Amino acid sequence: MTLPGQTQPRLTDGAFQSHYIPNTPADQADMLSILGLTCLDDLFLDIPEGYRNPPLNLPGPLSELEIQQELAALASRNRPLGSGPSFLGAGSYHHFIPSIVKALVTRGEFLTAYTPYQPEASQGTLQVIFEFQTMVCNLFGMEVANAGMYDGATSLAEAALMACRVTKRDKVALADTLSPTYRQVIQTYCQGQDIQTVTVSATSPDVDETTACLVVQYPNHFGYIEDLAAHAAAAHDRQALFVVSADPTAMGMFQAPGSYGADIVTGEGQPLGIPPSFGGPYVGLFATKQQYVRQMPSRLAGRTVDRLGNPGYVLTLQTREQHIRRERATSNICTNEALYALAATVYLAALGKQGLRQVAELCYHKAHYAASRIAQLPGYSLPIDGTFFQEFVVQCPIAPAEVNRRLLERNILGGLAVSEAVPNAMVLCVTEMCSRQDIDALVDALGEIG
Amino acid sequence: MPAGPARDTSRLLMDRSEAGRVGAVLPACDVPAQPLPDASLLRDGLDLPEVSEPEVVQYFTALSQLNFSIDTNFYPLGSCTMKYNPKVNDEMAFLPGMANIHPLQSAQLSQGALDLLYRLQGFLGESTGLDGVSLATLAGAHGELAGMLMIRAYHLARGDTGRRKVAIPDSAHGTNPASAAMAGFQVVDIPSDKDGSIDLEALRSVAGPDLAGAMITLPSTLGLFNPNIVEVCQAVHEAGGLVYGDGANMNALLGRAKLGDLGFDVAHLNLHKTFSTPHGGGGPGAGPVCAGPALRDYLPSPVVAQADGEFTYTLSEPPSSIGRMSGFHGNFGVLVRAYTYIRTLGAEGIKAISGNAVLNANYLMEALKDTYYLPYDRRCMHEAVFSADWQKARGVSGLEIAKRLLDYGFHAPTMYFPLIVHEALMIEPTESETRQTLDSFIQALKQIDAEITDDPEMVRLAPHSTPAARLDEALAARQPDLRWKPKP
Amino acid sequence: MSPDDRKYTQEHEWVKLEDANSQQALVGITDFAQEQLGDIVYFELPEPGANVEQLGKMGEVESVKSVSDLFSPVSGEVVEVNAALADNPEVANNDPFGDGWLVRLAISDPAELESLMTAADYESYISGLS
Repeated sequence: MTLPGQTQPRLTDGAFQSHYIPNTPADQADMLSILGLTCLDDLFLDIPEGYRNPPLNLPGPLSELEIQQELAALASRNRPLGSGPSFLGAGSYHHFIPSIVKALVTRGEFLTAYTPYQPEASQGTLQVIFEFQTMVCNLFGMEVANAGMYDGATSLAEAALMACRVTKRDKVALADTLSPTYRQVIQTYCQGQDIQTVTVSATSPDVDETTACLVVQYPNHFGYIEDLAAHAAAAHDRQALFVVSADPTAMGMFQAPGSYGADIVTGEGQPLGIPPSFGGPYVGLFATKQQYVRQMPSRLAGRTVDRLGNPGYVLTLQTREQHIRRERATSNICTNEALYALAATVYLAALGKQGLRQVAELCYHKAHYAASRIAQLPGYSLPIDGTFFQEFVVQCPIAPAEVNRRLLERNILGGLAVSEAVPNAMVLCVTEMCSRQDIDALVDALGEIG
Repeated sequence: MPAGPARDTSRLLMDRSEAGRVGAVLPACDVPAQPLPDASLLRDGLDLPEVSEPEVVQYFTALSQLNFSIDTNFYPLGSCTMKYNPKVNDEMAFLPGMANIHPLQSAQLSQGALDLLYRLQGFLGESTGLDGVSLATLAGAHGELAGMLMIRAYHLARGDTGRRKVAIPDSAHGTNPASAAMAGFQVVDIPSDKDGSIDLEALRSVAGPDLAGAMITLPSTLGLFNPNIVEVCQAVHEAGGLVYGDGANMNALLGRAKLGDLGFDVAHLNLHKTFSTPHGGGGPGAGPVCAGPALRDYLPSPVVAQADGEFTYTLSEPPSSIGRMSGFHGNFGVLVRAYTYIRTLGAEGIKAISGNAVLNANYLMEALKDTYYLPYDRRCMHEAVFSADWQKARGVSGLEIAKRLLDYGFHAPTMYFPLIVHEALMIEPTESETRQTLDSFIQALKQIDAEITDDPEMVRLAPHSTPAARLDEALAARQPDLRWKPKP
Repeated sequence: MSPDDRKYTQEHEWVKLEDANSQQALVGITDFAQEQLGDIVYFELPEPGANVEQLGKMGEVESVKSVSDLFSPVSGEVVEVNAALADNPEVANNDPFGDGWLVRLAISDPAELESLMTAADYESYISGLS
């Protein structure tokens, strides 16, 4: 690989001096002499000789100015959302993010802190986690929530594993309306423990006495609201757990899964103030019932008192976790996505009770406006009959890939092709970021393409 | 100094909520109102706070000030590599062309991102000597799980179904046995020898036809390079097993040795340790998996490939992939930061990182070894593991010493880990602290030792100057209070 | 000091027959065990009706930062679990030989008691550990 880079050392005496390393050559020489050594290489003599100091073929160092130019050039080869109307969702959503989210999450005191294992030195992070747990519980209508998982997909996979631990069963039933990506991640997670995954019909899910849980997405992969009451009954009739992966934005409008009796509710936290960022970092949401708290993966913050009787926060029920229970831990998760749990907490604090509802309603009305207009276009139809939130399926007169290509010629980012489920169909997503003008442009373009 | 109610952190968001306050204003709906679904599908209430924007900023800023962080405090936290997090890295990740791209937009619209990821795969492959790289795993433990599933898939693909055991040294991070168990393996503990290295004889005694592999941290969690590492890898290979490398301690080895050369088959890297991406109070991290010839084909999906030898890039699935580990293509924002870091440093800078990290650790070790017991008195790598046994004999524990350090403005070292060192205090200074900071830290630890003689009770009750005093963790665990609830 | 009205295991559990003719016995952890564990925060104990085997795992005890297995000193059926421990596990710290008992067993083979340590044996055993 050939990349530009300085090859000449920047100090006149020939030693490389990085601006990230305070030790000067004089410091190094002095410290080495205290150790009875003459050069840095002497510190590495434990490495067997034939393996020490291998060639390292990396490009030379760059100044900050050059690095900014290089990254700007790379960034210019990507099309950011916002450079034109976008109707792509499918697990990563373009939502408005108040400026205060970035301002607060980039504060060094949050950004550069470690995991709050020393509670006396981490009350800020711990209290944020406690706020986050409260908000996740309230969004989903559940009793306990953890400090967050990696993302929505892994959160759901861990829920499936947890259901197997709780029920001591080893089969998980996945609704056929679940995101194929989520299904794949669950399968990856389940392979090690020989847990069987089966796909069941979302309209009449087959749950039997060996099923640990029924897993349903809400809204589902296609954007539609499932009959959670019926699913809960199907699972509970067989003493299986009912696991729901829910979109947190939809919780501004639609009933919480907890109100239908869900046992574990997970979700992708990205819509809550986190940029799409090509797929990460996001944060997984994870909530359950109090009775299962000891089977939960990941960290939990709890309120307690300090030696002087003042309230304070600590990580608690840590015996579930890998650093204590090791091979018998509820999960191997250690580093999670704390900073983005903070982002979600700030976002939900700013939007609050009214704001989240408004966002949800804007998405709902705009999506339904778009759907009703597209349904009137010759050659297009809405093949799925049901209540949807911000995504819906459109059947196109030609292949979705071709529709998307032609939309892009008009600087419109189209939807996700789902032709494997419905011929020539795509899922379009309309959030509050799409203006009426954007939607009308999409409808006009589809009309011309069709 | 009284902060006033808005900046007083003792009231939670729900306590300060006032009906009618809003913290964000959204645009009016510019499309005709659409029919709503059946009311039974809609929720009545939503318990979120109602606070104004200034209150949100004041509250969270006040909370941030209750934290220690690298930007505000020296953080000698062993095995966590709390080095300086360059600000340019964050800025590059926030470029609209990076932060605002959709993971499912076509490759054609994401060539810059894919090019960056492709280059980063190359950098990490070159740094480890394991040239198959997947960036899709989101943290160190996530990479471990992927690596162990790859080892499992490798044996199964060869019809070798009896390999159920994984050997793990007793000094390992808890994530190692937890990841091995999640991948379906049975964990076998391997003791350390008197020098802190892996006991080769003990390893050989379990290296049979049921051994799937070993998980090894290099340098070990004792901060020591195992001089017998090549023999260790050979012993596992001779038994038909594969060797997993926990890259948590790679800050010691950057440019100094390659895991692939030493005999490792697969390893993860912690970009949030070695490659300077911020820890964020517990994440996000990124734990790319690097694999050599035996396991390359089993890497998690996706990886970035060059299309048709041209300068265009696509996402692809390795031929025998264990499958997807995460929703999309990895923690891209973290990967951009790590890429920026490596490009900033270049090969020389990378070697200067490990050189100075190891120098600083040895400097601390030398200065403190007459005051604190050093169970393995030999050249350390990037961290030094002391024992507070001498202080414990005088009535003060390692935990209490660590808490007292907070009063001096230093974060506590890692305590009671690794498990094989009694009263362990594990100190990792990293390369990004000044010698003056190291000297003042040395002074603090010596002074605390003197305080144990002069006023042991004061040390035992530490910390005294932090936002909270010692917290009752037993109460928290006995009566879990895990969310805000309305007052009855 | 460990009371001499009961027998002890190397895993620091005790078992005490409720009266000379009784087939029922109380099981608990020793003062040495609670001291080593520190603040006990949670017990996971078998359900009433469960059968346990001598020196088989019967549950777990958690402190803030540790988890330890509990082993039954003798075989038998669990007839009662100490309900006080669910909300106040610290009772086992405060009174390990009394109110902090864990389970009541209907023991299946009184002869098994013979294989366990006496109080004196146990005291000398733990003095060798520290």
